[in-house]
Amino acid sequence: MKLRSVLIATAVALPLLALFLRGLGMDPRYIPPAIPGQPAPPFELERMAYDPEAEPSEPTSVRLDDYLGHVVVVNFWASWCIPCRQEHPALVAAAERYRDQGVVFFGILYQDQVRNARRWLAEMGGEAYPTLLDPGSRTAIDYGLTGVPETVIIDRDGIVSYKRNGVVTLDLLVREIEAALARSEEAA
Amino acid sequence: MISTLGFGTLAIAFALSIYGIIAVAVGLRRRRPEFVRSAEMVAYVNFGLLTLANLAMVYALVTHDFSVSYVAQVGSRSTPLFFTVISLWSALEGSILFWGWVLAAYTAAAVYLHRDRPGPLVPCANATLLVIGAFFYMLLIGPANPFGRVWPVPLDGPGPNPLLQNHLLMAVHPPLLYLGYVGMSVPFAFAVGALLSGELDDGWIRMTRRWTIAAWSFLSLAIVAGMWWAYEVLGWGGYWGWDPVENASFMPWLTATAFLHSVMVQERRDMLKVWNLGLIVSTFLLTILGTFLTRSGIVSSVHAFAQGTIGYYFLGFIAIGLIASLALLAGRGEALRSEGALDAVASRETVFLVNNLLLTAFTFTVLLGTLFPIVAEAVRGVKVSVGAPFFNRMTVPLCVALLFLIGVGPALPWRRATADQLRRGLVPPAAAAVLVAGLSVVFGVRAFYTVLAFAFGAFALVANVNEFVTGVRARRRAHGEGVLTALARLVRSNPRRYGGYTAHLGVIAMAIGIAASSTFKEERQATLRVGERLAVPGGFELRFDELWAAEEPRRFVVGADVTVFREGREAGQLAPRLNYYRGTDQPLTTPAVRSRPKQDLYVTLMAFDERDGSSATFLVLVEPLVIWIWIGGGIIGLGAVIALLPRRRRRDATLGPASARFATSGAGEVAG
Repeated sequence: MKLRSVLIATAVALPLLALFLRGLGMDPRYIPPAIPGQPAPPFELERMAYDPEAEPSEPTSVRLDDYLGHVVVVNFWASWCIPCRQEHPALVAAAERYRDQGVVFFGILYQDQVRNARRWLAEMGGEAYPTLLDPGSRTAIDYGLTGVPETVIIDRDGIVSYKRNGVVTLDLLVREIEAALARSEEAA
Repeated sequence: MISTLGFGTLAIAFALSIYGIIAVAVGLRRRRPEFVRSAEMVAYVNFGLLTLANLAMVYALVTHDFSVSYVAQVGSRSTPLFFTVISLWSALEGSILFWGWVLAAYTAAAVYLHRDRPGPLVPCANATLLVIGAFFYMLLIGPANPFGRVWPVPLDGPGPNPLLQNHLLMAVHPPLLYLGYVGMSVPFAFAVGALLSGELDDGWIRMTRRWTIAAWSFLSLAIVAGMWWAYEVLGWGGYWGWDPVENASFMPWLTATAFLHSVMVQERRDMLKVWNLGLIVSTFLLTILGTFLTRSGIVSSVHAFAQGTIGYYFLGFIAIGLIASLALLAGRGEALRSEGALDAVASRETVFLVNNLLLTAFTFTVLLGTLFPIVAEAVRGVKVSVGAPFFNRMTVPLCVALLFLIGVGPALPWRRATADQLRRGLVPPAAAAVLVAGLSVVFGVRAFYTVLAFAFGAFALVANVNEFVTGVRARRRAHGEGVLTALARLVRSNPRRYGGYTAHLGVIAMAIGIAASSTFKEERQATLRVGERLAVPGGFELRFDELWAAEEPRRFVVGADVTVFREGREAGQLAPRLNYYRGTDQPLTTPAVRSRPKQDLYVTLMAFDERDGSSATFLVLVEPLVIWIWIGGGIIGLGAVIALLPRRRRRDATLGPASARFATSGAGEVAG
């Protein structure tokens, strides 16, 4: 085997081998989650019709980008999730309290059926803010969900300002929503 | 004890392989045939050692010897005996142990069958196979050691992955795959032997022709078995997801198919030598690449085995294989120039050349799609996934073009086709194509490529069947035989050719099955209460009768009894199930499938009311012509068996030595 042939062959093979070597150092299953300081992953999700008999209330689908300029609170929940029951009153109360300040609340249903969600909300006193459907859990994946409940607060510029894996309390929500509102005002 | 025995045999096999490689090198250099002969012995001894190691492992699995690390990993007292035996290949270490055995068997057989051939070609091939063997045995005594010792000895194990215990096809798919993958090592080794020894005529091709056909057919059957398994187990009615591991098995199949056809041109016309060497080298390297992709954790896949350091070992082996092969090819450039040249565009040679190009393009497309996520992350740091939309868009036109070639190839003669031959060969298939295209549009098919797929399927079908028809007709006119006798004698007179046409028919059946089941698939999902019916396209009605549960040692099963009605009359029972294996929270589905030639009725149990079993959610699919995919796979296998049959020798004694030479070399058709 001539040396020249070996050198040519190595030169040709090198890029592919280098790629594989680099690839071995990376983890294909790691997906960077939405963490505070980073832009919130965008979504456009269908809104669940709480009352199937009634006229569908506007909007029928929700796009996160449309709410730039508002502080947005997104809560991932499911009817089969026990801690979600604990935190729901806090979320409802916070939604009521900050409605006038333009803070928008969304609940995103995770791995559940619409029928169960309606029943759960009815038990919990009705729908306080829109419930969004996430088929295939794409949005949940984008937000790095490791379980439910998880709550994400997005400031007016579309940056994630707070993320909580687990139950939120009213105090916590108040504190973090105030922080998000203040930050946006400073910037403005 | 088993651990020591197993590890010992593998260590000896590794050492002997190293010795064998050196022995061949020294034996050829210094002209010492006894060294070369000792390397042959190594091949036989290694086969014995690997057989011993594999039997030891099976024994350890069956007797639940949890002191052996692999048994502790995949064994369980509650797994049925059948699945315990096949758990030999259910995880990384055991599968490499099994691979090692298949490789040792092939090496020993290759060496034995060609032991009388003089010259350096066979010893070089033996050395190449020993190099490959040394690599795998090194893995087995290193990072992929299945015979590690476990202390303290556990009382029980977790059992094999539930996905692997859920269906009988799990017994069939991996062994077929390994027989195919590893089988490609033999023609590769002979190609390297040819490059090393300088014997670059078609000798290496003729010697390995049967190996290639056999390995190719195992690979084909393995892929179809994998598709069937996915269909019967995964619950979404699909059989191919362009998962990296599926692609890993498909790419060598594509290049091997190109190689199978392209060697005919070299044998006949002494052309395409570089193509052939390139194709078989690519096939082998793609098999190693495939193993690398699935075992290194470099791509995310449903199939992927564990990670760890083994990826680096495979990368090293790929590096050596790739560089050595390219260097050998580059070094022999002069000697590989073609003797013949293309006579005319309208000839079988052209078809085979286009075939090579299309299949290579196909392979490259699949490779690009599979590797792109790695490239994107390495270069730009972004996570992307490449899925069915990319692959379907890029490969469907190629598949349709290949279907067309399957029809054109048999119809065109070698060297040059006269206008008359073109007319006789192509007009009937073309007429069938136009007819079927018209019918498809009438029946509502609107997608361009689907219509083309049906049309070219008909084209290829008529062209290949025509070959049988004209052959039988000619024999009947010449010998006055009955139809079946004529057919049998026709096939025996040229088994390679008619085996090939049979395999074509199998591919056509698969293509039509895939096209029909993808285009005309109907899906319904509903939650039914007990006694409620669901109407499904195709004239079917399903009635949910009862939910039941059963406890088995290794799993808890929940099933639904469903009665199927066709046109109002009872037509059978189906029982889709959910299997809850110990140690996993997600259940595995066993869909219930009612297969008929016209369509499959496919029912999956998605969910059920846990309180009283009064309702259950079903996913129902009606997929036309799916069964033809599996039947097509079987026909491909049949074609390969036919192609491997020995040629029927002419009994005419007056022809003498000339005919004997033709008969034993099997060098293709006698007439041009």
